[in-house]
Parts: sequence; C-alpha cells; structure tokens
Amino acid sequence: MYNTLEMHILEILSDDARISAEQIAVMTGYDVDEVRRAIGRLEKDRVLVKYPAMINWERTDKEMVQAVIEVRVQPQRDRGFDAIASRIYQFEEVTSLYLMSGAYDLMVMVEAPTLKQLASFVSSKLSTLESVTGTATHFMLKTYKYGGVIFEGDDTDRRLAVSP
Amino acid sequence: MDMQRIVNPSVRDVPPSGIRKFFDIVAEMPEAISLGVGEPDFVTPWHIRDAAIRSIEDGLTQYTSNWGRIQLRRLIAQYLRRRCHVEYDPADEILVTIGASEGIDLCLRALCAPGDEVLIPEPSYVSYAPGVTFAGGTPRPIVTRFEDEFRLTGEALRAALTPRTKALILPYPNNPTGSIMRREDLQQIADALSGTDVVVLADEIYSELTYGGHEHVSFPSLPGMRERTVLLNGFSKAFAMTGWRVGYACGPRDLLAVMCKIHQYTIMCASTQGQLAAEEALARGLQNDFEDVRAMVRSYDRRRRLMVDALRRMGLPCFEPLGAFYVFPSIAGTGLSSEEFCQGLLRAEHVACVPGTAFGQSGEGHIRCSYATSLEKLTEALRRIERYVNSL
Repeated sequence: MYNTLEMHILEILSDDARISAEQIAVMTGYDVDEVRRAIGRLEKDRVLVKYPAMINWERTDKEMVQAVIEVRVQPQRDRGFDAIASRIYQFEEVTSLYLMSGAYDLMVMVEAPTLKQLASFVSSKLSTLESVTGTATHFMLKTYKYGGVIFEGDDTDRRLAVSP
Repeated sequence: MDMQRIVNPSVRDVPPSGIRKFFDIVAEMPEAISLGVGEPDFVTPWHIRDAAIRSIEDGLTQYTSNWGRIQLRRLIAQYLRRRCHVEYDPADEILVTIGASEGIDLCLRALCAPGDEVLIPEPSYVSYAPGVTFAGGTPRPIVTRFEDEFRLTGEALRAALTPRTKALILPYPNNPTGSIMRREDLQQIADALSGTDVVVLADEIYSELTYGGHEHVSFPSLPGMRERTVLLNGFSKAFAMTGWRVGYACGPRDLLAVMCKIHQYTIMCASTQGQLAAEEALARGLQNDFEDVRAMVRSYDRRRRLMVDALRRMGLPCFEPLGAFYVFPSIAGTGLSSEEFCQGLLRAEHVACVPGTAFGQSGEGHIRCSYATSLEKLTEALRRIERYVNSL
C-alpha cells in the first residue's frame, strides 16, 4: 500500500508532471527530501513510468492514421495471452495494448503515418501471427477526450472577475 | 420625479459594495489574472448537471412546496447528521432557500424590529450589515484581530452585547479571512451567550472547506446551542453550484415558521431544477462518502499551502488560514492602504485582489487573495505580486 505522500505525489503529477519536488513539498507540507525519496521509490517500482506531455496532434500538420484493432487469439497453454501480447507490443506501430473481456481478446491501438502503412501492418504483420484467429480494424476519425481531458471543449473561465 | 428623494433613505444611504467598484476596473482588463473570485473554479460535476437536464426532459417544471421538496429536505437532514452532527426534522425545521443569502435575509427580517442590534464580526462577507439595515435593524460590527487569527473571542463578544442585541452572525469558516473557529473557540461564544436570548445566525457555507486535519465544528452541535441557532448552508461552495442558487436554513420550528411565512409570500419556492440538482449532489455524496468534495478539498489545500508560503516569503505576513479558499495577508508593511495596494497591483502587474476594506474598515492593511484558481494562474499571479512588492 502506498502512503499519503505517495498518493499526493501521483495525484499532483498526473495533472502536471512539470511540478518540481520543491513545489510538491510546499503543497503537501512534507520535507523536500522526503518527497524526493518517495518519487525515487515510485520510479523504482515503475509506478511512475514516464513524464510525457499530452499533445493534440490533430492541431498540428503531422499526418497520422490511428486505429483500434480488435484481435481474437488462441491463448497458449501455460502462458495464456502474455506470449502473444508480447509478440504484438514489440511492433513500433502499436501504441497501446490491452487484454479485454468480452467478444474479443486483445485491443491493439496502432498509429502509422499513412493509411497504406497501417493497412500493411494489419495484413502482413498482425494477421499473420500464428495464434491470431481474427481481427476487426476501426479507424479513428476524431479525438474528443483523451486521458480525462476534453480536447474540443471550451475551457474559458466564465466566472465574474471579482465577486464577494 | 426625483427618485433619490422618494426612495427609502435607509436603503439609499447604504453604500454600494466595495467589490462592485473594483469589479468595474477589472472588467476593463480581460487579460488580468484574478484572485478576486469568490466562487469555486470547478464546474458543477456532470452527474449533477445531468440530473437537472433529465428533470427538464421529464417535465418536472412545477412549483414545489414552500419548504422545498421533501425528498431534498430529507437528504439535507441526513447530510447534516453525517457531516455536522446535528439533527433537524425535515418536516418543519429545514427550509430550502435561494442560496444561503436568502436564508440570512429571511432570518434577519424574521428577527429584527426597529432598534434591534445585530452583531457582526468584522472583516466579513459584504452582505450582512446591509441585510440588517434592510431588515430594519442596526448592524454592530465586532472587530476581530490578526493576532487572534480573526477569530471571534468570548471577551470581544461580551463587550459588544447590549440589552438591545437581538442576534449574532457567526460566519466561520470566514470569507474574507479564511479563519475557522475550533470547538474551544465556539465554546467561548456559547458561554458568553448563556443567560441571553441572542439568536445566532451560523453561516457555515464553507463548512466543507477546512484544512490541516481540522474538521468543521457546527455551532448548533454544541450542547444547548441548537435552540438559539439558525444554521445556514448551501450547495454553492461544497458542490461548486454557485449559479444554481440553492441553500437552506435550519433551526427551531417556531422561528423557521416565521421565516417560511416571508419566503412563502415573497419567493414561493427555490428553483425546482436547482432543488433536483441538489438532491443528486447529496444522494451521490451520501453514497460515496463525498469523494468529489474530498478531491476538491485536497486540490484547494495544495494551492492554499503554495499561496501562504509564497506570500510569507515575499514578506507579507499571513496567519495560516484553515478554511474557505482565501488568504488574507497583511500589506501594512508596504506603507500603502489596501485600496492603493490593490489598484497599484492591478495597474502594474494586472493581478486583481480585493482590498480588505471591502469587508469592513477593520480589513484595512489586508488584501483578500482567493486560491480558487488554476495552479498555473496562481503561480504566475504570485510571481507578479512578488515583483510588485519588490518594486515598492
């Protein structure tokens, strides 16, 4: 179980990863060395994995095709889905991979510069894996919300500038 | 016709709110960062908004009982039992009002006859003294001091009591100072009032917003105090529902009946959609132990610590404010008045704070800074305040 300081750190950094250990110390009332040690522990345990920025690529010129692929597979004896999952997540086109309950087994999120490249990934790399028994590819058309953040929303502060 | 001559002089002569004047200046500077906002920076949670939308779709658009929907009053009773440890009968001891503001007005009008005095700790929220005047009473400020962390002391209260004292307004956690009253502070008030017939208006609108492990203590939960107290609260601060205008007043049924009479003739009932939204807020909160509220409080608390630390480091003394979402630093050391400081800060650095004097003369030498604003804006505003202070 993680202690209160660690939960504070995760909550603060999940909102803004740029906040320094010094600032976290002030915001939580803990000693800065204690905060640094806790961050170190969280990194070592791979709870804090990476500190990326959230980017809305649709607002840039970058050409990119994204798709969600539902994959049905034959699980392997002893290793279940992990072996085939590992075969799939090694591909650089794969951005996320989840084991799912329901009508299919793995959800693969893929990204490629062009439609052609993405199609070729599905037909020549993914579908040809031995234990894959079927795929269904859905192209993403627009991102409305990602990681808890509404991309298309209007975040203007509508409050009166001064109120009692 | 000369309306100035015709209108009721007691209303005419009440000065306009000091906040309003400042608002007009800030309105001309759209790019200014405002620390002058007295409402949460969260939007009402979606499940609450959704409940109101569904109620409109379902055609729930009629008047409710004058007291408010019984379903809402039952939830308020449960909420107060759980969070404030006080018992009120939903049948005739809870009145749903248009924000806590209406509850205060009703209570003052139900109590005040000409010549009656109402004690108001100062600095405090801008509406109390005018409300007393409009109700026909006489407001009597009790100055609270920085050294006491702006708490009302039993001693100061005793010194202010007269045979004409009808009521005491007890507004803690406090706007603008961020001060709270701990159990022992409230006990001093209870002791000072024993043997009198003074009614207490406990405005506890910020009751959910306390920090540093200090649980809010509700005044009527003290032994014997329920009988003399009207508890005023609402949904604005705890559930980020300012614009919905839903609050409630709770108290002894004989007094509530008189308040409800005024409400019945002047208002009829609080907005039905607001009431339904409030029901959703409480029903969900009672189910998940007010998880959303606790997350909001954690977020405010971090910004509070950041602000207090930064203000102190730039040489502006502040006591640790343990409630609401305001810090009330002293700017006396700069040699400027509150008003000069705030106007200078706005002109030089485009940061808006509210002069302490907007909350009564005793606020001179202080400014009110609200931390109900994003961490990013807050950090930038503090940087600019520091630059301004260094330039003086």
